[in-house]
Amino acid sequence: MPPEMLLLAALDGLAYGSLIFLVAVGLSLIFGVLGVLNVAHGSFYAIGAYVAAAGVLALTGMGLPPWLAFPFFIVAAVLVGVIVGGLVETLLLRRIYGKEEVLQLLVTFAVFMILEDAQKVVFGVQPYFANAPMNWLGTIEVFGIFYTQYQLILIPTVALLVLVGLRLFLRRTAFGRAIVAVTQDRDAATAMGIDATRVYLITFIIGASLAALGGALSSATTSLTPGIGSGMIVLSFAVAATAGLGRIEGAAVAALLIGLGRSVAVYFAPEFDVLIPYLIMVAVLLIKPEGLFTTVQTRKV
Amino acid sequence: MVRMKWAAALAAAAMLGAPALAQDKPKELVVGIATFLSGPASVFGVPGKNAADLLIEELNAKGGVLGVPVKPVYVDEGAGTNQLLSEYRRVAQEQGAQVMFGAISSGSCNALAPVAEDLKVVNVMWDCGTQTIFEEGKWKYSVRTQAHAGAEMMSTLLYLMKAKPDFKTIAVVNQDYAWGRESWALFQAGLKALKPDVKVVAELFPKFGAPDFSTEITRLSALRPDVVLSTSWGGDLDTFVQQAAARGLLKQSTFVLPLAESSLERLGNVLPEGVIIGGRGDHYWLHPKHKNSPEMLSFVKKYKDKTGVYPIYPTFHMAQAVIGLAKAYEKAGQATGGKWPSKEQVIAAFEGLEFKSLTGTISIRSDHQGLEDQLLGTTKRVPDYPFAVYDKMALYPGKLVTTPLGEKSLEWFAKVKPELVTDTSIETFDYAK
Repeated sequence: MPPEMLLLAALDGLAYGSLIFLVAVGLSLIFGVLGVLNVAHGSFYAIGAYVAAAGVLALTGMGLPPWLAFPFFIVAAVLVGVIVGGLVETLLLRRIYGKEEVLQLLVTFAVFMILEDAQKVVFGVQPYFANAPMNWLGTIEVFGIFYTQYQLILIPTVALLVLVGLRLFLRRTAFGRAIVAVTQDRDAATAMGIDATRVYLITFIIGASLAALGGALSSATTSLTPGIGSGMIVLSFAVAATAGLGRIEGAAVAALLIGLGRSVAVYFAPEFDVLIPYLIMVAVLLIKPEGLFTTVQTRKV
Repeated sequence: MVRMKWAAALAAAAMLGAPALAQDKPKELVVGIATFLSGPASVFGVPGKNAADLLIEELNAKGGVLGVPVKPVYVDEGAGTNQLLSEYRRVAQEQGAQVMFGAISSGSCNALAPVAEDLKVVNVMWDCGTQTIFEEGKWKYSVRTQAHAGAEMMSTLLYLMKAKPDFKTIAVVNQDYAWGRESWALFQAGLKALKPDVKVVAELFPKFGAPDFSTEITRLSALRPDVVLSTSWGGDLDTFVQQAAARGLLKQSTFVLPLAESSLERLGNVLPEGVIIGGRGDHYWLHPKHKNSPEMLSFVKKYKDKTGVYPIYPTFHMAQAVIGLAKAYEKAGQATGGKWPSKEQVIAAFEGLEFKSLTGTISIRSDHQGLEDQLLGTTKRVPDYPFAVYDKMALYPGKLVTTPLGEKSLEWFAKVKPELVTDTSIETFDYAK
């Protein structure tokens, strides 16, 4: 196997890992702040994807230029985060923060099932895809092999922007610091005048929007079918657990590891392709049970 | 619609007027239909259900089965095997279904066959393809009204050998589950027999439902195989084709996609010319011999009016099950002199039954396996439709490509002879408007 093949495998892993990162970081953020393992996170991904695809199909159907899809992706992600995520948090999750973890899991799982059926009612069961944005960006050639610029450049760039943006937001802005404060000690933060309820709501909306953004970006490259949400939630759990729940930079590294591991597997041992994320997770957790990036003293976010 | 209701009412009235006959007959024939209403396979299951609703309504308008209206009851295969089995039992025992249609997934069929024996209910395997069901088991109450994976893969192989006789390398990208593995095992066994010098350069089995095939595509781009085979379907196939097309792979290798008929309309302009495609049987709504038959025109129109899309192969499979069932009851009814036949008489009537489907003739062998012709073609872009159509079609007689009675497909594939490729019973057609 020539060495440039390793590079090619890495390029494939990069795009895939970036997409998983976008979803997993939202999951991780929500867990870090709210302490809830949100199974319905997979639904935000799926709904984001469906809304984006429907929008792009409508845009191109009206004869508008495909580049409009990119701003629309962001609009769609925020809309899904605010409307669906906001409703789930205010109507349901808010009531169960103090309850047992099993109950929280069951409630978010129920929400996931309900949203899954809702998608079927609204969008139907036939696969659909809206690849206009991907084709509009065209391809580039690396070692004689064509890659889509969409997957090779756009998705990783967005992931990088999200990573840097989140870091700056949490460390440099007042509201970001409030989030970190609530994460560390809710009672103390409330006593200092931070509105914890608002912090929870906004964190949840940000997390949900990130999942929806991941979905929106994926809608140009993949077919949307019933069940895409569940596939993604399992993977992002693996990423979040590998990273240590609540760790943002950790999620980036873990997502990249899993993306790269997967594409290297397709070259050397295709049989292990499906297994790789979980093998990585098990290996990491055996050595560091709290995940790659958790140390006892560090901040959770 | 109104006319149909009148006809149904008339049929009901006729039954009321003939109490002697009605005594023997049930008020309705409940048919339990197992199909995917959820999950990724609902791309087949929901069209199957839509077709069943439409066809059963039509059948009832013509008087039902031996004058008895048919009532479908649906069971979701997507809920998992355990749930499917208990629902199947419930429909058969509590709702009094005399006939069950089960199912789409080969896994479901394998699980349902023994249950049907246990319940003594006529079980029509309406879509599942695994050849092992009747090759390795003997089921009294189950029957299959379409071909199996053996016939589908053999005809695909024969078509490829004819269309591209001098290919030297092949790669496979199949879904990682029973069908993906089994279909490749069959294809490979036949390939070894017909063209032992072909090199298999990659065997890739991405996860079922995988959202991304980038790595597979990169690897194929680097390997440049002459032929890429994929028996994938539904969203997986759409995604794979879409990503491969975006990166120029479809022009680099000859793609062989034996289930692409079910994706043609959705793929629209993504699928270029020159891709070898099939649809698990001889059915195609633009079938070269039957596209203008009154039955076909009416079916396509009704289906399109109802769903907004053209019918795909599961709808034809459903039609075969419904027509086959009606014909088996008719045949059994003749044997009993017009009395309502028992389930055992119905299943006996299936043996040796021959009936016309929308696109050909199905005959049921003594092992309860159906013989069905196989249609393959190469994609062509025409101005008549915004998606690819079949061209350079070849119609393989069911008898020619189906594993002979009593033999196992894998063994039969391993000893297939090259003469089969050019057998004179194979008909060919080009696209015609």
